[in-house]
Amino acid sequence: MAKPYLSLEFVDKSFERNGVRSEVLTQVSLGVQKGEYISIIGHSGCGKSTLLNIVAGLTQATSGVVFLDGEVVDSPGPERGVVFQNHSLLPWLTVYENVSLAVDKVFSRTKSKAQRHEWTMRNLDLVQMGHAKDKRPSEISGGMKQRVGIARALAMEPKVLLLDEPFGALDALTRAHLQDQVMQIHAELGNTVLMITHDVDEAVLLSDRIVMMTNGPLARIGEVLDVPIARPRRRIELASDRIYLRCREAVLKFLYERHRFVEAAE
Amino acid sequence: MAVTKLKLNDGAAPTRNAEIIALAREPRKARKYDVAALAGRVAGTVLPPLVTIALILVLWEVLCSSPTSSLPSPTRVLDESWELIVNPFYVGQGVDQGMFWHIFASIQRVAIGFTLAVVAGVALGALVGQSDWAMRGLDPVFQVLRTVPPLAWLPLSLAAFRDGSPSAIFVIFITAIWPIIINTAVGIRNIPTDYINVARVLRLNPLEYFTKIMVPSAAPYIFTGLRIGIGLSWLAIVAAEMLIGGVGIGFFIWDAWNSSLISDIIVALVYVGLVGFLLDRCIAFLGRIVTRGTANA
Repeated sequence: MAKPYLSLEFVDKSFERNGVRSEVLTQVSLGVQKGEYISIIGHSGCGKSTLLNIVAGLTQATSGVVFLDGEVVDSPGPERGVVFQNHSLLPWLTVYENVSLAVDKVFSRTKSKAQRHEWTMRNLDLVQMGHAKDKRPSEISGGMKQRVGIARALAMEPKVLLLDEPFGALDALTRAHLQDQVMQIHAELGNTVLMITHDVDEAVLLSDRIVMMTNGPLARIGEVLDVPIARPRRRIELASDRIYLRCREAVLKFLYERHRFVEAAE
Repeated sequence: MAVTKLKLNDGAAPTRNAEIIALAREPRKARKYDVAALAGRVAGTVLPPLVTIALILVLWEVLCSSPTSSLPSPTRVLDESWELIVNPFYVGQGVDQGMFWHIFASIQRVAIGFTLAVVAGVALGALVGQSDWAMRGLDPVFQVLRTVPPLAWLPLSLAAFRDGSPSAIFVIFITAIWPIIINTAVGIRNIPTDYINVARVLRLNPLEYFTKIMVPSAAPYIFTGLRIGIGLSWLAIVAAEMLIGGVGIGFFIWDAWNSSLISDIIVALVYVGLVGFLLDRCIAFLGRIVTRGTANA
């Protein structure tokens, strides 16, 4: 088999504060194929956000390497578009300017001004935010902000899209709506996606594979679960789908049985 | 999953079996009421200060009305300084100018000194806010220098520049720069990690980072520094001008004192107060425009 598109090889991470060394991640290895949708699930504090930051290049791994498309990841860059947990739109810019900041930076040489404008608008339309392009982040709802955040990440044409609990701060209805939108975008563009979540249903609904992390410190990949449900997936049909329920049960069992086991072992 | 379906009787249009009652439209009395409300609001903001001023004037008049009083009463101020009050644009010889020209000269000095302080202060503040080593090296120096009273710098700057006007400008500069540096540094230290991460993912270069992330994000802090700075500048310019002479509101006051024109001093003080207030409001207004997004993020 060919080398995976995105591969994490024996990633370790430890922090040192006031001389006290705390190991967060240990021996994390994972291969992601092009176009795959991977979720990383685990209890809070298990270092899953740290793992995403390492892939993003925002944090350096203590040891181990991350390869993306044959190249070593050692610093952040637009080929790894990040959607941050709390949207991180710049509040002094309008919705349009937030996206065009990324577009103008990434495509300053390769696209003309008119093309960049068109590309910005296309990405805003993709998340159905074209109508609010002149609004400021403080004037739109949380779900809309997150959509703009997704548009900004997509507009960089990233090789891999990194979602850090993208729907965590949203209410259940908005979350469902956005999940559907992300599924549709994934179907349309075929992005490679790495998503952090703590929501079991979200993980099963969206992912091709679910990576389950053990508890920190010294968190590692406990199990990787295949989700063999055909796409397009519809949440209403899935609610009674046998495979869906089985996957859901597997994740729940991992999180609530293995979790206690790990804690007892320490 | 089973979904219950709502069904209307196919084909049959829903029949109307209740009488429709038209509601009487409310008579319109809105507009007149609005004018009254607006007038009320205006009166609410304008009247209290007017009443306060009137009370102060009355008290002042009573206290200074005796013929032996050392300070003039308001009516005497009007009487003695009438020429000065009604001819603000008077142009005469040397320092014999209308109030407008004195104020204008002072504002000019403040404008130059303050602008220099903004440029240098924001740059130094960015450096101190950004780099731990610059912070450790420069912060103790700043903390000591900022406690030096503005006028203490004047002899030194006179020695350096050998001229009054640049010395006054330097005093303004050195007075205004400390709050600007300190607030800018604090603002930059408080840039949310998320914004920094956005910049890193986009690989913004240092100049882009400065203009697109750092300054807008720190703008509310910077403008707080600017407001403190402009206030201090205006405090310092009057004192500095008293010593350097020439056209300017500070020297005007000193000159009036030397000529025992106490009423003129009072007129000048009213001008100084009003202009200081306006300068502060200008910066605040500018700040509100610039930070309209950041402040309520």
